[in-house]
Amino acid sequence: MTEQVAGRRPGGSAAGTWSKLGAALWRRPWARATFLLTPPLAWFLVIYLAALVVLLITAFWQTNSYTNALEHIWNLQNFAQIFKTPAYRSIILRTVEMAAAVTVTDGIIALPFAYYMARVATRRTRTILYVAILLPLWASYLAKVYSWQLIFTRDGVLNWSLGKLALGHLNLINTNWAVFIAFCYIWLPYMVIPVYAALDRIPPSMIEASQDLGGRTWRTARSVIMPLALPGIVAGSIFTFSLTLGDYITPELLGGTNSVFIGSVAYDTFLSNNIPLGAAMAMVPIAIMFCYLLGARALGAFEEL
Amino acid sequence: MESAGLKIALRVWVALVLLFLFVPILLIVVYAFDPATVESWPIHGFTMHWFTVAWNDQAVRQAFLLSVKVALLATGTALVLGSAVAYALHQFRFFGRDAISFLLVLPIALPGVVTGLALNSFFTFTQIRLSIWTIVIGHATFCIVMVFNNLIARLRRTPGSLAEASMDLGGRGWQTQLYVMLPAVITALISGALLAFALSFDEVVVTVFTSGANNTLPIWIFGAIRLGQQLPEVNAVVSIVIVLTIIPVLLAARIAGAGSVTRTARAERVQETGRI
Repeated sequence: MTEQVAGRRPGGSAAGTWSKLGAALWRRPWARATFLLTPPLAWFLVIYLAALVVLLITAFWQTNSYTNALEHIWNLQNFAQIFKTPAYRSIILRTVEMAAAVTVTDGIIALPFAYYMARVATRRTRTILYVAILLPLWASYLAKVYSWQLIFTRDGVLNWSLGKLALGHLNLINTNWAVFIAFCYIWLPYMVIPVYAALDRIPPSMIEASQDLGGRTWRTARSVIMPLALPGIVAGSIFTFSLTLGDYITPELLGGTNSVFIGSVAYDTFLSNNIPLGAAMAMVPIAIMFCYLLGARALGAFEEL
Repeated sequence: MESAGLKIALRVWVALVLLFLFVPILLIVVYAFDPATVESWPIHGFTMHWFTVAWNDQAVRQAFLLSVKVALLATGTALVLGSAVAYALHQFRFFGRDAISFLLVLPIALPGVVTGLALNSFFTFTQIRLSIWTIVIGHATFCIVMVFNNLIARLRRTPGSLAEASMDLGGRGWQTQLYVMLPAVITALISGALLAFALSFDEVVVTVFTSGANNTLPIWIFGAIRLGQQLPEVNAVVSIVIVLTIIPVLLAARIAGAGSVTRTARAERVQETGRI
């Protein structure tokens, strides 16, 4: 029917070419699909995927130790260096531990908050809370990191408050604790929103059914709400985990000598022009995230993405 | 079902989380008015001096202008490419459709350092000199998903009968698109564009690798904090950046509903949350 309409219209002379082209596209869905998909797909293939491939290839090259020039000599030296050097191994371990700790902490903070939003708050409060999550989510990333420098620094808010409470002194700046707290802070909204979305979709009748069957608050929470919230938690954890895994700015600004993470190594190799080593290092978070995403898909988290 | 005690506990929890979320950001804004050159708490008075200093700082001005330029170009690119892919995925079912939507999320789901290093190696490999264009290319790549997410969510909720009715009444393809479909999706497009702008304007993790000698505003801020220089001025600049990133986000939330403003995931189901 739609094809008839497009075909029946006689094309004028000037605008005719365009309407003919439009009609031709309209009659041929595959042509339309190609027309629409080619530019964005080309962009992603030629730039983004190509860049990832170049990164992978670069990981097998090396830089000349005298001239710092990139040499296209294939070898596994970079990977050997990363996996054989104890320092690099402990950096990888530290990064994964940090990402896991941040993810778990954010999950624990987010769950009651999201639950309150989804099931207790009135419609109005829910909207206000939602916006209250959006503002820190979008407020400048550097501002969020930097604010913790202002809090943790020697004469900052934290030590001032501790002094008022006569609790002594705490020097958190340039420690992994500062990095940890800042990470939890920055990525928290990324966890709250998918968890809220998952909880919001649980039909109230399901909870009523659980109660009718004698389930108390705790039992209902464990056997009904948690399993249904899990995909949301996993969806949120993809972001908290991945973003922590590849961040170098927060450790750089808040961490100390012991705060070297995978991202920091990649950043340093970039600064010192030893990209091949950084490229090999970047393969570690890619590999970890690949496994993580496969697991997340098995848990149904992609429905929440 | 929640007992009164549980409700109170939840309220306390929510209040604490809100404090945790807002105190640090507000603190920077407070510090921006501190006359002292070395930051310590509590602040020592009230001054607008650092805003004047930031306003007159040529480096800050140039960085700001570059950031705006980059954000506009990246948003424009993302609008074209993001809406094309949203229309295609909405209208056609084909093999590899899921792979495409996965590919679009990848730039924001993979660690930023990976994207940054990959683009840097790519530009080195292809011998493209780092410039404003390489920054735009990087930004557009992860801004596309913002436009895509907003538009495809809207298209799914727009009944197909609308376009059919238009064409039954003799509307041509372009007339249907312009007078029927565009008004139905325009707010989603605008909010997607606003979010893309905010994302680009604030980006630093990837930009470090693609900017070369060009300073965007976040790069200038990162450099200043890293070296511990001009920190009072940084407070003023960062306060302005906070306001400038939040305004487009609030606008987007107002235009298309708060649910469309996520940075992580499609939130079409959250759309009921309502407008602000």
